[in-house]
Parts: sequence; structure tokens; C-alpha cells
Amino acid sequence: MTTVAVLDYGMGNLHSVCKALEHVSSKARVILTSDADALLKADKIVVPGQGAIAGCVQALSAQGLGQALMQCLENKPYLGICLGLQALYDSSEEGGGVDCLAVLPGRVRHFSGKMADAGEGVRLKIPHMGWNQVRQTREHPLWHDIPQDARFYFVHSYYADSADNKNVAGLTQYGIEFTSVAARDNIFAVQFHPEKSQRYGLQLLENFIHWNGEA
Amino acid sequence: MGLAKRIIPCLDVDNGRVVKGVRFVEIRDAGDPVEIARRYDEQGADEITFLDITASSDNRDTMVHVVEAIAGQVFIPLTVGGGIRQVEDVRRMLNAGADKVAINTAAIHNPDLIKETADHFGAQCIVIAIDAKCVDDQAGRWQLFTHGGRKETGIDAIEWAVKMAEYGAGEVLLTSMDRDGTRDGFDLALTQQVCDAVPIPVIASGGVGNLDHLVDGILQGHADAVLAASIFHFGEFTVGQAKEHMANAGIEVRL
Repeated sequence: MTTVAVLDYGMGNLHSVCKALEHVSSKARVILTSDADALLKADKIVVPGQGAIAGCVQALSAQGLGQALMQCLENKPYLGICLGLQALYDSSEEGGGVDCLAVLPGRVRHFSGKMADAGEGVRLKIPHMGWNQVRQTREHPLWHDIPQDARFYFVHSYYADSADNKNVAGLTQYGIEFTSVAARDNIFAVQFHPEKSQRYGLQLLENFIHWNGEA
Repeated sequence: MGLAKRIIPCLDVDNGRVVKGVRFVEIRDAGDPVEIARRYDEQGADEITFLDITASSDNRDTMVHVVEAIAGQVFIPLTVGGGIRQVEDVRRMLNAGADKVAINTAAIHNPDLIKETADHFGAQCIVIAIDAKCVDDQAGRWQLFTHGGRKETGIDAIEWAVKMAEYGAGEVLLTSMDRDGTRDGFDLALTQQVCDAVPIPVIASGGVGNLDHLVDGILQGHADAVLAASIFHFGEFTVGQAKEHMANAGIEVRL
């Protein structure tokens, strides 16, 4: 039986992520854990997260857990959600600047007021909150049965500015075009919340459960 | 192409049961919040808001169980309001599976509650609920009222919305007490003024009686989302019909 470890590092509501995974995977065992050994033993890793990136990165790089997570990122199917995407980049502008895990090249930026005023005279509200479209920029097993430009639920004020297009699997427009989905080898990470994105969100989670980690 | 405007059905929950008479065909027990939430989800609701109107604080635990049950079956954002007074109340609702928590009266008594909860849980899950009533038709001035619109506070609604956004609220749930329950449509002047004044998304509420009202709230009121109760509850319109109507008016919706 496949074991999916949802990383609990003391931030945000993890109930929904676990419930949604359980909903789509009667055959997988979903565990909520903050234990390094449990991560290393699991077949797949999910890192959700909301709130402040500084606390997130601090928890993710803590002794023991951090090493286990970096090891998992080498080869286990990894699904990052929201901060679980942002934390993978080099750094974030949030809170005056935070160094992140530097797994993917790029920087996490704030939707600035200037950019927000640029779109056809309509001010864009921050946070970017609601259902927006994702343009799939390449084929991936996790896009199985999900149409091009499908809508997912977003809620965030910072976005990933990827420095390497090869690591981008989805783009979304909100004043600017940003990386809403990052992918490389065994890593797939989304800015939106699949656990809150109804059928296509559930489809994506189901695809993750069946994914062998090869892109 | 871009961010869709949201349609949010709202349910009043008293002691774990939906009140105000929700009527769906094929639903045996029309008061069960889980079943009603599932139905709205199937119809394409973008979010669901639950307002706990339970009078007795002894029965507030019931709402936590309701949220848990819904969050296990309905995979769209859930907002819970009513009776949220302290950081601990927010934590309990989020842990139960709510995505956002609406704070109303408690913020009037203690504005720092918005700061504290936004710092702690993130701005994205803190909604400032504002109940406003017109106090000067000519000049277009609205003030905050509490106790279902009976108690005046002397606080200007637009200034309050701006202040709460600065304090860290991630969204405004704006209800016109003059229009609530009338089915005459949103207070569009109020909605537009608040929407244009704050940098965060605004949900318009109070007064929806037909589908054109939803369109007006977006196009004239500049709202990011529209909330309605009775037009959906009595089976008059489905959420799907509302979205189709909005799409025909040129509004981007999730179909």
C-alpha cells in the first residue's frame, strides 16, 4: 500500500489536504507527520502551507526534518502546495527577504501595487483570491484528465518568478503572468489549492497518488 | 481570461441546522448543512459561507462539528462567521476545516483582533464582516451597526473597511443592513465606494432578489464576489443558472 506523508510543520489547516487525499485514494494510506523517519519511509510527500514563508522555511530546514526533506526531494514524488511551492525557490521578498530551500532557481515576489494598477485601468486586488486559469505549458502525468485552462482556487499575495522555463509546467495571468505550477523530475508544485479546487483539484491529487515520479 | 468573479451561497446555521428554509428537490432533510453544502457544490458554487446564528454559546461546539463534516466532503473554500470573538475561536474553525473566518462585532470592540489573527494565521483567512446602514442619503454616508442593525456605533463604514485592510484582513464581507432581506438588490453606492477604497477583495451581500442584481453588484458595485441566500435556498435559481446569467452579461465566471 502506498503511503503518502503530509508534512505537518505546525502551520495552517492540514485537515482539508488530508481529507481530499483520502477522498481520492481509498488504496493509499495518508499520514500527517512531522517526523523525519516517517518522511523517509513514506512513498510520497505532500508539503502544504499557508501563512508566512519565514516560519515555513525555518520549520522545513530544521535539523533532522530538513535533511530528511532534502533527501525526499531527490527522488520521491513530491507535491508542494502554496508555500510548498514558494519554499522551493532561492528566496522570497516576503518580510524583508527570506532565503528559501534553493531547490529551483528563481525568486518569490510580491504582486506590487504598480503592477496591480496596470491592467486596463482596473485595480487588481491583493491577495489574488479566487478561481483562475492555469495554462499547461507542457505535458505531465499530473495533468491527466485536466483540460487546458482549467480553473483552480488561488489565495496568495506572493508569486514564483521562475528563473528557468524548463521548470515551469503551468502559467497563470494576474496582472502579470506567473509560475502557477513548477515541475522538475520527481517534483510537482502548485500555487493554487487542489484540495479546494473541486473536481480538477481532486483529479490532480488522484493523478499524484498514481504518479511514479517520472516526468 | 483571468480571475473569475465568485458566487457564494450563504447559509444561516442555528445549533447545527440550516434555518431560513432551504428547499431542494430530492433532498429529504432540508436542514442538514452537509447535504445542502454538497448540493451547492454540485451546482458550481465557488465558495460557501456559513453564519452561525446560535444564540447560546454552549452550543457553539456544534458548529465545529458541522464544519468538520462539510470539509470532509466538499472540496471548495468554506467561510465561517458568527460568534468569532478571540484567536482561539479562529484556530478551532481553521482546524475543523474552514478556510476563512469572518469576524464582525469582535473587531469593533477590539480592532487588534484582526492584526493578531492575520499575523498568526495569515491575512488570507481573515475576513472582516461589515454590517453597514445608510445614515445620510444625500452625502452618501454609511455607518457600522451591530445587533442585527439595531445598535449604532458611529463608525464610518468606508473608513472602517480601509482600516481593517491595513490591519491585515484579507477580504471584506460587506452587508447592507438596509437591503438585507428586502430582495431589492445590493446597495450599489455603498458597494462601489467600499470596493474602490480597499486594496483587498470585497464580497457584496444583502438584498439579492434576482439574477440581474448579481450582475449589478459586479459591474456597477465593482464587487469581486457576490453572496446570496434566499434566491438559492428556495430553489428559485440554481447557482449554475446564476453563473450562466452573469456569463451572458460578459462577466468572467467559473462554469
